[in-house]
Amino acid sequence: MDKSVAVIGGGVAGIETASILGHLGYNVILFEKENQLGGNVLSWDRLFPSRRPAHEVVTESMSALTTRCSVHTSTTVKSINKSNGQFTVGIDNGKSFDASAVVLTTGFELFAAEKKEEYGFGIFENVITSRDLEQMFKKHGKPVMANGNTPKRVAFIHCVGSRDEKVNKAYCSKVCCVTAVKQAIEIKEALPGTEVFNFYMDLRMFGHGYEQLYKEAQVLGVTFVRGRLSETNETTGGSIIVKVEDTLAAKPMRLTVDLVVLMVGMNPKPETEGILSSLGLPVNEDGFVGIKDAHTAATKTNTEGVFVAGACTGPNNITDSINSARAAALQVHSYLNHK
Amino acid sequence: MKIDGKRKIWKDYQKEIADDKFYYVRSCIRQNFFPGSEAAFLKILRDVLKKDVYDDSHHTTCSGIGYHTEVVPFETTMTVVGRNFSLMKESGYRNYVPSCVTSFGIYTEILDTWHHLPKVEERIHENLRIATKREFDIPDNLAHTSDIIFKFRNEIAEKAKYKLINKATGKPLKVVDHIGCHYAKMFPAKGVGGAEYPYVLAGMVEAWGGEPIDYPERRHCCGFGFRQYLIKANRGYSISGSKKKFESMEPYKPDFIITNCPGCAYFLDRWQYGLAEMEGKTYGEDGHGIPSLTYEEVAGLVLGFDPWELGLQLHQVPVESLLDKMGVSYDPDQKFKGLNNEDLGKPESPKNLKFYK
Repeated sequence: MDKSVAVIGGGVAGIETASILGHLGYNVILFEKENQLGGNVLSWDRLFPSRRPAHEVVTESMSALTTRCSVHTSTTVKSINKSNGQFTVGIDNGKSFDASAVVLTTGFELFAAEKKEEYGFGIFENVITSRDLEQMFKKHGKPVMANGNTPKRVAFIHCVGSRDEKVNKAYCSKVCCVTAVKQAIEIKEALPGTEVFNFYMDLRMFGHGYEQLYKEAQVLGVTFVRGRLSETNETTGGSIIVKVEDTLAAKPMRLTVDLVVLMVGMNPKPETEGILSSLGLPVNEDGFVGIKDAHTAATKTNTEGVFVAGACTGPNNITDSINSARAAALQVHSYLNHK
Repeated sequence: MKIDGKRKIWKDYQKEIADDKFYYVRSCIRQNFFPGSEAAFLKILRDVLKKDVYDDSHHTTCSGIGYHTEVVPFETTMTVVGRNFSLMKESGYRNYVPSCVTSFGIYTEILDTWHHLPKVEERIHENLRIATKREFDIPDNLAHTSDIIFKFRNEIAEKAKYKLINKATGKPLKVVDHIGCHYAKMFPAKGVGGAEYPYVLAGMVEAWGGEPIDYPERRHCCGFGFRQYLIKANRGYSISGSKKKFESMEPYKPDFIITNCPGCAYFLDRWQYGLAEMEGKTYGEDGHGIPSLTYEEVAGLVLGFDPWELGLQLHQVPVESLLDKMGVSYDPDQKFKGLNNEDLGKPESPKNLKFYK
C-alpha cells in the first residue's frame, strides 16, 4: 500500500491518528507548526483525574509512531487543495505534498485572558492563567507570587472566555472546571496552609472520576463559591482584591487574595480557518471546524477525504481527543479502501 | 502593576476626536457646581489653542438625569437630543462636544440606538418635525470635552506655566483620576483608553508632569449615582459610596483628585466635608481633605490661570495645598472677592475639615 495521508497538527490527536494510520500501512505525513510534537498537553504538568504527569501521555503516544510516519515540525500548513480526488498540501516554505486523504487535528488555543480586561491579566502581576499555574508546578512544584513569596490565599476564577457572550464565547470549554478542581487539590497538597477558593458558575463534572475529584477537593478544605467575578484590583502590597457575587447567598463579596488563577477556555486556532477556507469548508457557530454530523459522522467533514479529530472541532479532553483520533483513522481507512 | 499591559490596552482604545470647529453643549449642573470650569474650557480652546468653538445659548438639557431616573421616556430624550442636533445643523457646525459625561453617554447611546435601529431615528426626525418643524443631522464627530483637552494635552504642556510637580521635592504629584461612569462603561470603544483602564485623564496627568495613581476602588461610582442622591432616602448609599473610594485611595496619599464628570467632581469634594462633619474623618494631610478638581481647572492651573478666576474658591475642600505644591502664584485675600472686588463673604468654617489658611 503506497497511499499517503496528511495529518495536520501534532498534538495528542494528530500523533494518535498518525500512529494508527501507520499501523494500518499508510504513509503518513504529520505536520506540526511548533518545533516538537505534543501540542497543548506539553504546557501541562499533571492531568486530571489521576494527576499523572502530562508528558507521559505524549511520550506513550509518540512511541507508537511507526517508520511509515514522516514528521515535519516547525512547519505551517498554508493551504490544502483537492483535485481529482487527490490533495495537495502547501506549507510555509513553498513546498507541497500529495496525499490521498487529510486529517485535521489542528487543536485549540487558550483564550487570551487579557480580553477580559476587568480581570487584570497582563496588568496585575499576581493574576495568572491556569496554564501559568501548570508551568509553576513544573518549575517549582507549587504556585509562587511575582515576588517569589508563597501565596496564602488563592482564588480560581472559572469560565474565563467560556459561556461569556461579552467576549463572543458562548460555549462551555468543558475541561476548565475539572482542571480548576485538580489544581486546587494540587495547591492544597503542596501548600496545606493556603486557603483556596473556587468561584464558579456551574461545576460540570461530566467525566469518569471528576465528581470524586470534586469531593476530594472539598474534603481538603477548598471553598467553592457559586458566583462570577466582576473585577480585580491590586492593593499596595501586590495582593489582589476580587469582587464577586455569591449567587447562592445573593450577596456581593470582596476578598483579598495573593494569587488569582483564571481558568481560560479553549478557542479555535485562527490558522485553521485558512486551511478550511482553502478546502471550502465551514466553521461551526463557535468558530471550530464544522463536522458532517454531530451523531453519526463526528470525524467527517462535508468534503470527502477530509477528516477531523481532537479539539479542532470543539473543546475536548485528552481521552475524547485520542478516541476521536482513532475513529478518524478508521474512517480514513474505510474511505481509502472503498474509493 | 505592569504599566506595559495598560499601555497595550490604551493603544487598543483610541478614538477619533475632531481637531477644530466645535459645537459646544453645556452641562445642566456644572455651572452651579464649579462655574469656572466651562469658562476655562472656552478660554483654553479659544485663547490658548486658537480653536473655533460655538457656544450656543439656545440648546437645552439632554434630559439625561430625567432619563436615568425614569422620569423622562427614552423617546422624549431622543427628540430633545434631535432638537439639539438641529441647532448644531443650523449653526453650520458638525463636531458636537458636550461638557457633561452623562450627556456624552446619552448621545453615545442614542447614536448607537439609531445605528442599529434606523426606523427609530426616522421616528425621531418625524417627532421633531411635528413639534418644531426642525431637521437634524447626526454629528460628524462626537467627543466629550475631556477628550478635546486630552487631544491637546501636549500643546497645553508646551504652553504650561506650572507642572504637576511638587516644587519643594521635585517629585511628580500623585493624582487619582476618576472617570464618570457614563463616559465609557456603557460603550468602552467610545472612551479614550476604554472602560476598565481609561486613559483620558491619566494621559493629561502624565503630559503635565504628574503621576496617575491606581487604587483598588478606582472604578467605583463617585457616590452620585443619580438615584442614590436624587432620592433623599437613598443618600446614605451616596455618601457610603464616596467613603469607600476615599478609604481606598487614602493609603496612596494622593495630592489631588481629577475627574471628568460634573457629579463626580462635586460629590468627591462635598462628601469629604460631609464625612468630616459626620465622623470626624479626613482623608488628606493633617486634617485636610484631598482637593477634587475638574480637568479644565487642572489645565487652567497648568496654564497659569488665576485660581480664583477658575472658581476654585467654590470647592468645599480647599485647594491651597495643591496650589502651594505646584508653586502657583495666588492672592489669598482675593479668594472671596467677586467682580469689581466685591466682598462675597466667607463661608462658615467646617468643624472638622481644616480650612487651609
